[in-house]
Amino acid sequence: MRSAVVVFPASNCDRDAAVALEQLTGKKPHLVWHADSDLPAVDLIVLPGGFAYGDYLRCGAMAGQSKVMRTVKERADKGVAVLGICNGFQVLTETRMLPGVLMRNAALKFVCRPVGLTVVETQSAFTRKYNAGQRVVFPVAHGEGNYLADEETLDRLEGDGRVAFKYAPGENPNGSMRDIAGILNEQRNVLGLMPHPERVCDPLLGGTDGRALFHSLIEALS
Amino acid sequence: MTAITPQIVREHGLSPEEYERIKSLLGRDPNLVELGVFSVMWSEHCSYKSTRAHLKKLPTTGPHVIQGPGENAGIIDIGDGDVCVFKMESHNHPSFIEPYQGAATGVGGIMRDVFTMGARPVAMLDSLRFGEPEHPKTRHLVSGVVSGIGGYGNCMGVPTVGGEVNFHRSYNGNILVNAMCVGLAHADKIFKSAAKGAGNLVVYVGSKTGRDGIHGATMASAEFNQDSEEKRPTVQVGDPFTEKLLLEACLELMATDAIIAIQDMGAAGLTSSSSEMADKGGAGVEIDLDKVPQRETNLTAYEMMLSESQERMLAVLKPGREAEAERIFRKWELDFSVIGITTDTHRLIVRHKGEVVADMPVGALSDAAPVYERPFVKRAPETGTPAYGAGRPVMESLLKIIGAPDMCSKRWVWEQYDYTVMADSVQRPGGDAAVVRVHGTKKGLACVTDVSPRYCRADPYEGAKQAVAEAWRNITAVGAKPLAVTDCLNFSNPEKPEAMGEIVAGIEGMGEACRFLEFPIVSGNCSLYNETQGEGILPTPCIGGVGLMQDVARMATLAFKRKGDALILIGETAGHLGQSVYIREVEGKEEGAAPRVDLALEKKNGDFVRGLIEAGRLDTVHDVSDGGLLVAVAEMAMASGIGASLDPHNAATIPFLFGEDQARYLVALPHAETEKLLSRAYTEGVTAVLLGSTGGDKIAVKGQGEIALERLAEAHEGWLPAYMKG
Repeated sequence: MRSAVVVFPASNCDRDAAVALEQLTGKKPHLVWHADSDLPAVDLIVLPGGFAYGDYLRCGAMAGQSKVMRTVKERADKGVAVLGICNGFQVLTETRMLPGVLMRNAALKFVCRPVGLTVVETQSAFTRKYNAGQRVVFPVAHGEGNYLADEETLDRLEGDGRVAFKYAPGENPNGSMRDIAGILNEQRNVLGLMPHPERVCDPLLGGTDGRALFHSLIEALS
Repeated sequence: MTAITPQIVREHGLSPEEYERIKSLLGRDPNLVELGVFSVMWSEHCSYKSTRAHLKKLPTTGPHVIQGPGENAGIIDIGDGDVCVFKMESHNHPSFIEPYQGAATGVGGIMRDVFTMGARPVAMLDSLRFGEPEHPKTRHLVSGVVSGIGGYGNCMGVPTVGGEVNFHRSYNGNILVNAMCVGLAHADKIFKSAAKGAGNLVVYVGSKTGRDGIHGATMASAEFNQDSEEKRPTVQVGDPFTEKLLLEACLELMATDAIIAIQDMGAAGLTSSSSEMADKGGAGVEIDLDKVPQRETNLTAYEMMLSESQERMLAVLKPGREAEAERIFRKWELDFSVIGITTDTHRLIVRHKGEVVADMPVGALSDAAPVYERPFVKRAPETGTPAYGAGRPVMESLLKIIGAPDMCSKRWVWEQYDYTVMADSVQRPGGDAAVVRVHGTKKGLACVTDVSPRYCRADPYEGAKQAVAEAWRNITAVGAKPLAVTDCLNFSNPEKPEAMGEIVAGIEGMGEACRFLEFPIVSGNCSLYNETQGEGILPTPCIGGVGLMQDVARMATLAFKRKGDALILIGETAGHLGQSVYIREVEGKEEGAAPRVDLALEKKNGDFVRGLIEAGRLDTVHDVSDGGLLVAVAEMAMASGIGASLDPHNAATIPFLFGEDQARYLVALPHAETEKLLSRAYTEGVTAVLLGSTGGDKIAVKGQGEIALERLAEAHEGWLPAYMKG
């Protein structure tokens, strides 16, 4: 599986994603600077966590307008897998590649903690190596992860099996509607999620629950 | 041209004698720009004029020390071509005036100190001291400081992994915000600030210059009074986004060999960076202020030289390399401007609108800065053992202590910091020391900040010694070898002999401990004048320690790992209650002698424990400090959800359970292995006592009853969130 990690000004989980990808796929991902529109031919594009453009406007809003995102969108339309983690998820909602918005956490504070998640949907390139209903623990670290969409969209997401991850009962850290932690697009080749799977791929860092996400991608895309 | 009147001199915080000294150094009267430059360079904050004579007493060398004090940060060798670059700095005064920006720019400033030396910051720690919880400002200050630290550090993508949060009424009008940054670099890619050689380019990079922070260094060198809040315009505003770009751009440029010297523009901005670089390099520097990128119109030379606008760096480049450097900074969308040249004149010459607005010998600004042998009185340390009620129920006291403001869980604070970014934080907040893995290796850096100001008040010498010993012990408790120290010496007004006595005794106490434990001081700062309306803070010499472990997989943590483990106390217990948390929280008194640290014992016990961890024979260790033995047991139990029952040979008295004797550790290991540990301890002359076993869901002490872990955890986790809700 060939992969690329897009680097926006003030992305800060680009290295974390690259390390996890290299460890699990055995291949170094391409790190692609946002101003370069020529994205190499890859099977997976990762939009990493961070504070692109300082998140001074709305989170992800400036990055969503970046040159590279036009290419990312074109590739996604052609079926290339796109994984947006944390700030990357915010970029995906800003570009409308995923529905809904990510608002300020209900408690109005940044929150960093390991959070229990339920894997809701296993019929995707991102989650096929998990079991449906499996509980996993990923860390969250965000100030704006409170997922909001209208009822109709939420019903459709749930009805179409596009809610990939939910916060486990009682563990919702940000007030997200229906405990949504991560969603798929209609074509199921774009996943955005607030928790960080790339930070739980090493037993010394508090778990390896994130590995199955990357193993799923390797199996599906190689 | 403004005439310099005694009034203007006074407003610049300079004494009449200092003004005379400036005149004789220049051989004429200074103009206003020059006076401004002297005033910041000779401020306490920049010149260390009250402490310099005493700081010389501190040990600053060792086999692994690459760079001691005097650079932007200290550097130690951690083997395999890697070095660790670290420093701690205070941002006390700005944080009291504007807590969010004050704390945020404190974080930004210390990170620049570290990456200006070529290191990528990998860990942040913050030692915070607030006024008493009941004080009307405290909640607002806690909230602002914590979100400021998070707001800056989280955006930078550097994990905030440790620190301290304490409350005491002496900080009501003068909080302490000490930020420590730890970075990693390669031994052959270290950058310093000496601008050697003439004819090299002086380059300004980063943010534009504005009017923010003018005279911040002078503000940090005066006592607070009722008007201090009107000084809000002198607090700088942080922009972590720009700093993140500056970090990446600097590291990218540093990968080339274009840089001769580089220094961040921190306190006293352009003035201190240009003059210090020239002075250290034995050179001169000429700068043209018209070339400085400006955020506002009509900035005067005075304002530009004294601005403390953030996220700026001054670099000296080899001639001909400017295009290459400019390309990198433009890519990161940062300002880049060649503003001057180095010379061999040893003078700082500043031009503005075609005129020379300042012309001073660089040595006059630094080396010729006044050094004061301030008069000091060392007051006698407090003595004696405070009286206590022997019949008080132990478990109720434990519950009270574990939920007290100083002792409760600080989860509310550290959950607002991203402590997992960079995917190398192997020991997170809440342990004895934070541990970050050296990226791509098995090695780990253990980092702590420590000081017990209540001990320092009772006995400045022993208290400072204890702060060093506790940092050393906390690093040891996770299995790392303590290597070096950075410090942040927070004291009150040095012009008062008794306060100066605290400073002198504190430095001497630290010096003794650092020398004995081979734990040299490689960087740091002093924050004096921490006083409001005549009332000083508790002496707070904060110690930031760094240690190294070879294999993070062998790291110990404080949580119990197994039910049925034996619980063993390493070290000697006399039951020292003077200045203890018990006496303060339960008896309501701050009394008695501070505990004395026996450094030989400290070393012996610590080396014993570290040896066992390194050998893979111990995975559960906790240092015994604030609150004493029973509090340490409770912390280990709460971290794991596994209880413990204690049946010590000695009577489980209040002094035994809550005394704060030093040089002690609690360890837990399978019962089958206790015999080996106890006999090894005996052979090495280390006191080790079997206290009881882990298991169950309570803390029980024979003869003193028991308490459910759930109740303890509720009190421990409950206080801070409830307080912040108001």
